[in-house]
Amino acid sequence: MTSHDPYGERWFDHEAGPVVRPYAVTNGRTLPNSSASFGLIDVVVATGERSSEHFRPGPEHRRILRLCRRPTPIVDLTSEVDLPLGVVRVLLGDLTNEGMLRVVSAQRQPVPDQRLLRMVLDGLESL
Amino acid sequence: MDLNRFDGTHHDSGPARADVPPTAKIVIAGGFGVGKTTLVGSVSEIRPLRTEEPMSDRSVGIDDTHGVSTKTTTTVAMDFGRISFASQLVLYLFGTPGQERFWFMWDDLAYGAIGAVVMADTRRVADCFASIDYFERNEIPFIVAVNCFDDAPRFEPEDIRIALTLSPEVPVILCDARDRDSVKKVLISLAKYVMVSRSHASKAGLS
Repeated sequence: MTSHDPYGERWFDHEAGPVVRPYAVTNGRTLPNSSASFGLIDVVVATGERSSEHFRPGPEHRRILRLCRRPTPIVDLTSEVDLPLGVVRVLLGDLTNEGMLRVVSAQRQPVPDQRLLRMVLDGLESL
Repeated sequence: MDLNRFDGTHHDSGPARADVPPTAKIVIAGGFGVGKTTLVGSVSEIRPLRTEEPMSDRSVGIDDTHGVSTKTTTTVAMDFGRISFASQLVLYLFGTPGQERFWFMWDDLAYGAIGAVVMADTRRVADCFASIDYFERNEIPFIVAVNCFDDAPRFEPEDIRIALTLSPEVPVILCDARDRDSVKKVLISLAKYVMVSRSHASKAGLS
Protein backbone atom coordinates (compact mmCIF):
# COMPACT_ATOMS: atom_id res chain seq x y z
CA MET A 1 0.00 0.00 0.00
CA THR A 2 1.40 3.39 -0.94
CA SER A 3 0.80 6.58 0.92
CA HIS A 4 -1.02 7.96 -2.08
CA ASP A 5 -4.30 6.17 -2.54
CA PRO A 6 -5.96 7.00 -5.86
CA TYR A 7 -9.23 5.43 -4.74
CA GLY A 8 -9.67 7.66 -1.72
CA GLU A 9 -10.29 6.14 1.66
CA ARG A 10 -9.98 2.38 1.82
CA TRP A 11 -11.19 0.13 4.57
CA PHE A 12 -9.09 -2.79 5.71
CA ASP A 13 -9.47 -5.51 8.27
CA HIS A 14 -11.77 -4.58 11.15
CA GLU A 15 -12.73 -1.24 9.60
CA ALA A 16 -14.19 -3.00 6.60
CA GLY A 17 -16.86 -4.55 8.82
CA PRO A 18 -17.73 -8.19 9.29
CA VAL A 19 -16.96 -10.58 6.45
CA VAL A 20 -20.18 -12.39 7.20
CA ARG A 21 -23.29 -10.23 7.35
CA PRO A 22 -24.63 -10.26 10.92
CA TYR A 23 -27.86 -12.13 10.29
CA ALA A 24 -26.12 -14.80 8.22
CA VAL A 25 -25.18 -16.29 11.58
CA THR A 26 -28.88 -16.91 12.23
CA ASN A 27 -29.66 -18.13 8.68
CA GLY A 28 -31.53 -14.92 8.14
CA ARG A 29 -33.85 -15.32 11.11
CA THR A 30 -34.55 -12.02 12.82
CA LEU A 31 -36.82 -13.23 15.62
CA PRO A 32 -36.07 -15.88 18.25
CA ASN A 33 -37.71 -19.23 17.61
CA SER A 34 -38.72 -19.34 21.24
CA SER A 35 -41.43 -18.13 23.56
CA ALA A 36 -38.87 -16.87 26.06
CA SER A 37 -38.25 -13.14 26.14
CA PHE A 38 -34.76 -11.76 26.36
CA GLY A 39 -34.68 -8.41 28.13
CA LEU A 40 -31.46 -6.42 28.15
CA ILE A 41 -30.78 -7.00 31.84
CA ASP A 42 -32.21 -10.49 32.06
CA VAL A 43 -29.55 -12.97 33.11
CA VAL A 44 -28.76 -16.12 31.11
CA VAL A 45 -26.90 -19.15 32.34
CA ALA A 46 -25.81 -22.40 30.70
CA THR A 47 -27.53 -25.46 32.12
CA GLY A 48 -24.81 -27.94 31.15
CA GLU A 49 -27.28 -30.00 29.11
CA ARG A 50 -26.04 -31.54 25.88
CA SER A 51 -27.70 -30.64 22.62
CA SER A 52 -30.18 -33.04 21.06
CA GLU A 53 -29.25 -34.93 17.91
CA HIS A 54 -31.09 -32.69 15.50
CA PHE A 55 -29.46 -29.50 16.75
CA ARG A 56 -25.88 -28.68 15.87
CA PRO A 57 -24.67 -25.59 17.72
CA GLY A 58 -22.71 -23.20 15.51
CA PRO A 59 -19.51 -21.46 16.60
CA GLU A 60 -21.50 -18.48 17.90
CA HIS A 61 -23.80 -20.76 19.92
CA ARG A 62 -20.77 -22.39 21.48
CA ARG A 63 -19.18 -19.05 22.27
CA ILE A 64 -22.33 -17.91 24.02
CA LEU A 65 -22.47 -21.13 26.02
CA ARG A 66 -18.87 -20.70 27.14
CA LEU A 67 -19.55 -17.13 28.27
CA CYS A 68 -22.68 -18.24 30.10
CA ARG A 69 -21.02 -20.78 32.35
CA ARG A 70 -21.47 -18.03 34.88
CA PRO A 71 -24.80 -16.19 35.00
CA THR A 72 -24.42 -13.28 32.59
CA PRO A 73 -26.73 -10.34 31.89
CA ILE A 74 -27.73 -10.31 28.21
CA VAL A 75 -26.41 -6.82 27.60
CA ASP A 76 -22.93 -7.82 28.83
CA LEU A 77 -23.07 -10.98 26.75
CA THR A 78 -24.02 -9.01 23.63
CA SER A 79 -21.17 -6.63 24.13
CA GLU A 80 -18.75 -9.51 24.74
CA VAL A 81 -19.65 -11.55 21.65
CA ASP A 82 -19.70 -8.37 19.56
CA LEU A 83 -22.84 -9.32 17.66
CA PRO A 84 -26.00 -7.24 17.29
CA LEU A 85 -28.56 -7.71 20.03
CA GLY A 86 -31.11 -9.05 17.53
CA VAL A 87 -28.71 -11.77 16.45
CA VAL A 88 -27.86 -12.69 20.03
CA ARG A 89 -31.56 -13.00 20.83
CA VAL A 90 -32.10 -15.48 17.99
CA LEU A 91 -29.13 -17.57 19.16
CA LEU A 92 -30.36 -17.45 22.77
CA GLY A 93 -33.75 -18.64 21.55
CA ASP A 94 -32.13 -21.68 19.92
CA LEU A 95 -30.20 -22.51 23.07
CA THR A 96 -33.15 -22.12 25.46
CA ASN A 97 -35.30 -24.27 23.15
CA GLU A 98 -32.67 -26.97 23.44
CA GLY A 99 -32.61 -26.64 27.22
CA MET A 100 -28.93 -25.71 27.08
CA LEU A 101 -29.55 -22.24 28.46
CA ARG A 102 -31.87 -20.78 31.04
CA VAL A 103 -33.16 -17.21 31.34
CA VAL A 104 -33.56 -15.71 34.78
CA SER A 105 -35.91 -12.84 34.18
CA ALA A 106 -35.19 -9.53 35.85
CA GLN A 107 -37.90 -7.83 33.88
CA ARG A 108 -40.94 -9.98 34.29
CA GLN A 109 -42.73 -7.06 35.88
CA PRO A 110 -42.80 -3.85 33.89
CA VAL A 111 -42.61 -1.89 37.15
CA PRO A 112 -39.82 -2.47 39.67
CA ASP A 113 -40.84 -3.15 43.24
CA GLN A 114 -40.00 -1.11 46.32
CA ARG A 115 -37.41 -3.57 47.51
CA LEU A 116 -35.36 -3.25 44.35
CA LEU A 117 -35.70 0.54 44.49
CA ARG A 118 -34.43 0.51 48.07
CA MET A 119 -31.43 -1.58 47.00
CA VAL A 120 -30.63 0.88 44.22
CA LEU A 121 -30.93 3.89 46.50
CA ASP A 122 -28.80 2.32 49.24
CA GLY A 123 -26.20 1.34 46.67
CA LEU A 124 -26.00 4.79 45.11
CA GLU A 125 -25.75 6.49 48.49
CA SER A 126 -22.84 4.27 49.46
CA LEU A 127 -20.86 5.05 46.30
CA MET B 1 -41.95 -14.93 53.39
CA ASP B 2 -40.03 -17.08 51.02
CA LEU B 3 -36.51 -17.06 52.38
CA ASN B 4 -35.17 -18.91 49.39
CA ARG B 5 -35.96 -16.04 47.14
CA PHE B 6 -33.08 -13.74 47.73
CA ASP B 7 -34.49 -10.69 46.04
CA GLY B 8 -37.77 -9.41 44.76
CA THR B 9 -36.91 -9.39 41.12
CA HIS B 10 -36.01 -12.83 39.94
CA HIS B 11 -38.59 -15.55 39.71
CA ASP B 12 -37.06 -18.79 38.77
CA SER B 13 -35.87 -21.99 40.24
CA GLY B 14 -32.85 -24.11 39.57
CA PRO B 15 -29.39 -24.82 40.82
CA ALA B 16 -27.76 -21.59 39.57
CA ARG B 17 -30.18 -19.29 41.34
CA ALA B 18 -27.92 -18.28 44.19
CA ASP B 19 -25.26 -16.99 41.80
CA VAL B 20 -27.56 -14.79 39.80
CA PRO B 21 -27.09 -11.12 40.55
CA PRO B 22 -30.18 -8.92 40.75
CA THR B 23 -30.09 -6.34 37.98
CA ALA B 24 -31.74 -2.97 37.48
CA LYS B 25 -31.55 -0.27 34.86
CA ILE B 26 -31.94 3.45 34.42
CA VAL B 27 -32.42 5.13 31.05
CA ILE B 28 -30.45 8.27 30.23
CA ALA B 29 -32.21 10.29 27.52
CA GLY B 30 -31.98 13.71 25.91
CA GLY B 31 -31.00 15.34 22.65
CA PHE B 32 -27.92 14.66 20.58
CA GLY B 33 -24.73 15.95 22.20
CA VAL B 34 -26.32 16.77 25.55
CA GLY B 35 -23.80 14.66 27.47
CA LYS B 36 -25.48 11.26 27.92
CA THR B 37 -22.33 9.26 27.31
CA THR B 38 -20.32 11.63 29.51
CA LEU B 39 -22.79 11.19 32.35
CA VAL B 40 -22.73 7.41 32.04
CA GLY B 41 -18.93 7.43 31.95
CA SER B 42 -18.69 9.52 35.13
CA VAL B 43 -20.17 6.80 37.33
CA SER B 44 -19.69 3.60 35.36
CA GLU B 45 -17.11 1.08 36.51
CA ILE B 46 -16.48 0.24 32.88
CA ARG B 47 -15.77 2.52 29.97
CA PRO B 48 -19.19 3.02 28.41
CA LEU B 49 -19.69 0.07 26.14
CA ARG B 50 -21.46 0.15 22.89
CA THR B 51 -23.56 -2.47 21.21
CA GLU B 52 -24.62 -1.81 17.66
CA GLU B 53 -27.63 -2.81 15.66
CA PRO B 54 -27.46 -2.82 11.88
CA MET B 55 -30.62 -1.27 10.54
CA SER B 56 -32.08 -1.14 7.12
CA ASP B 57 -35.30 0.05 5.57
CA ARG B 58 -36.01 -3.44 4.33
CA SER B 59 -36.74 -6.39 6.51
CA VAL B 60 -34.27 -9.21 6.23
CA GLY B 61 -35.46 -12.22 4.30
CA ILE B 62 -33.43 -15.23 3.27
CA ASP B 63 -34.44 -15.12 -0.38
CA ASP B 64 -34.76 -11.41 -0.62
CA THR B 65 -31.95 -10.31 -2.89
CA HIS B 66 -34.08 -7.86 -4.78
CA GLY B 67 -32.72 -4.33 -4.46
CA VAL B 68 -29.71 -5.33 -2.40
CA SER B 69 -27.39 -2.94 -4.16
CA THR B 70 -29.51 0.06 -3.23
CA LYS B 71 -30.20 -1.02 0.32
CA THR B 72 -28.99 1.56 2.78
CA THR B 73 -27.78 0.36 6.12
CA THR B 74 -27.15 2.48 9.14
CA THR B 75 -26.02 1.49 12.55
CA VAL B 76 -27.79 2.45 15.72
CA ALA B 77 -25.60 2.29 18.76
CA MET B 78 -26.60 2.20 22.36
CA ASP B 79 -24.15 3.07 25.06
CA PHE B 80 -24.31 1.53 28.44
CA GLY B 81 -22.44 1.66 31.72
CA ARG B 82 -22.50 -0.53 34.79
CA ILE B 83 -22.25 -0.07 38.54
CA SER B 84 -21.89 -3.10 40.83
CA PHE B 85 -22.83 -2.65 44.47
CA ALA B 86 -21.75 -4.51 47.58
CA SER B 87 -25.28 -5.97 47.79
CA GLN B 88 -24.54 -7.88 44.51
CA LEU B 89 -26.98 -5.64 42.71
CA VAL B 90 -25.79 -4.55 39.28
CA LEU B 91 -27.21 -1.27 38.00
CA TYR B 92 -27.05 -0.53 34.27
CA LEU B 93 -27.26 2.92 32.76
CA PHE B 94 -28.47 2.99 29.17
CA GLY B 95 -28.03 6.02 26.96
CA THR B 96 -30.75 6.29 24.33
CA PRO B 97 -29.71 6.35 20.68
CA GLY B 98 -29.22 9.91 19.46
CA GLN B 99 -31.73 9.67 16.65
CA GLU B 100 -35.25 9.61 17.91
CA ARG B 101 -36.53 7.65 14.94
CA PHE B 102 -35.31 4.49 16.64
CA TRP B 103 -38.34 4.37 18.92
CA PHE B 104 -38.48 0.58 18.92
CA MET B 105 -35.16 0.58 20.74
CA TRP B 106 -36.52 2.92 23.35
CA ASP B 107 -39.16 0.36 24.23
CA ASP B 108 -36.41 -2.21 24.75
CA LEU B 109 -34.44 0.18 26.92
CA ALA B 110 -37.41 1.42 28.90
CA TYR B 111 -39.16 -1.88 29.64
CA GLY B 112 -38.66 -2.70 33.30
CA ALA B 113 -36.50 0.37 33.90
CA ILE B 114 -36.55 1.98 37.30
CA GLY B 115 -36.94 5.34 35.66
CA ALA B 116 -35.23 7.83 33.40
CA VAL B 117 -33.03 10.89 33.52
CA VAL B 118 -33.84 13.37 30.76
CA MET B 119 -30.82 15.56 30.16
CA ALA B 120 -31.38 19.11 29.00
CA ASP B 121 -29.08 21.74 27.56
CA THR B 122 -30.28 25.32 28.17
CA ARG B 123 -29.01 26.35 24.73
CA ARG B 124 -31.30 23.80 23.06
CA VAL B 125 -34.10 23.10 25.48
CA ALA B 126 -36.47 21.86 22.78
CA ASP B 127 -34.16 18.91 22.08
CA CYS B 128 -35.50 17.03 25.09
CA PHE B 129 -39.21 17.44 24.33
CA ALA B 130 -39.36 14.14 22.49
CA SER B 131 -37.83 12.27 25.44
CA ILE B 132 -40.21 13.88 27.92
CA ASP B 133 -43.19 13.02 25.71
CA TYR B 134 -42.05 9.43 25.48
CA PHE B 135 -41.73 8.89 29.23
CA GLU B 136 -44.96 10.72 30.01
CA ARG B 137 -46.83 8.67 27.44
CA ASN B 138 -45.40 5.40 28.76
CA GLU B 139 -45.84 6.36 32.42
CA ILE B 140 -42.17 5.94 33.21
CA PRO B 141 -41.06 8.19 36.06
CA PHE B 142 -38.33 10.63 35.07
CA ILE B 143 -36.43 13.61 36.36
CA VAL B 144 -34.80 16.38 34.36
CA ALA B 145 -31.08 17.00 34.78
CA VAL B 146 -29.83 20.23 33.27
CA ASN B 147 -26.26 19.72 32.16
CA CYS B 148 -24.50 23.00 32.95
CA PHE B 149 -22.16 23.58 30.06
CA ASP B 150 -19.58 26.26 30.75
CA ASP B 151 -20.81 28.62 28.03
CA ALA B 152 -24.52 27.95 28.43
CA PRO B 153 -26.86 30.52 29.96
CA ARG B 154 -27.75 29.76 33.58
CA PHE B 155 -31.39 29.44 34.52
CA GLU B 156 -33.19 28.65 37.72
CA PRO B 157 -34.67 25.14 37.77
CA GLU B 158 -38.13 26.71 38.03
CA ASP B 159 -37.62 28.57 34.75
CA ILE B 160 -36.68 25.31 33.09
CA ARG B 161 -39.74 23.60 34.53
CA ILE B 162 -41.90 26.27 32.93
CA ALA B 163 -40.05 26.09 29.62
CA LEU B 164 -40.59 22.33 29.51
CA THR B 165 -44.17 22.52 30.88
CA LEU B 166 -43.37 19.88 33.49
CA SER B 167 -45.81 18.95 36.20
CA PRO B 168 -44.85 20.36 39.60
CA GLU B 169 -43.75 17.06 41.13
CA VAL B 170 -41.09 16.25 38.52
CA PRO B 171 -37.67 17.13 40.00
CA VAL B 172 -35.46 19.44 37.95
CA ILE B 173 -31.84 19.59 39.01
CA LEU B 174 -28.70 21.21 37.70
CA CYS B 175 -25.72 18.95 37.16
CA ASP B 176 -22.29 18.61 35.66
CA ALA B 177 -22.20 15.38 33.67
CA ARG B 178 -18.40 15.21 33.99
CA ASP B 179 -18.51 15.19 37.78
CA ARG B 180 -19.03 11.88 39.53
CA ASP B 181 -20.58 13.34 42.69
CA SER B 182 -22.91 15.50 40.67
CA VAL B 183 -24.08 12.51 38.63
CA LYS B 184 -24.46 10.46 41.80
CA LYS B 185 -26.82 13.14 43.13
CA VAL B 186 -28.84 13.00 39.94
CA LEU B 187 -29.28 9.22 40.22
CA ILE B 188 -30.14 9.42 43.93
CA SER B 189 -32.77 12.08 43.17
CA LEU B 190 -34.27 9.78 40.57
CA ALA B 191 -34.32 6.76 42.91
CA LYS B 192 -35.99 8.78 45.69
CA TYR B 193 -38.51 10.29 43.32
CA VAL B 194 -39.42 6.88 41.89
CA MET B 195 -39.85 5.36 45.36
CA VAL B 196 -42.28 8.09 46.32
CA SER B 197 -44.20 8.14 43.05
CA ARG B 198 -44.46 4.34 42.86
CA SER B 199 -45.70 4.04 46.43
CA HIS B 200 -48.35 6.71 45.72
CA ALA B 201 -49.32 4.84 42.58
CA SER B 202 -49.72 1.52 44.39
CA LYS B 203 -51.80 3.12 47.14
CA ALA B 204 -53.99 4.77 44.55
CA GLY B 205 -54.39 1.38 42.86
CA LEU B 206 -55.55 -0.26 46.10
CA SER B 207 -58.16 2.33 46.99
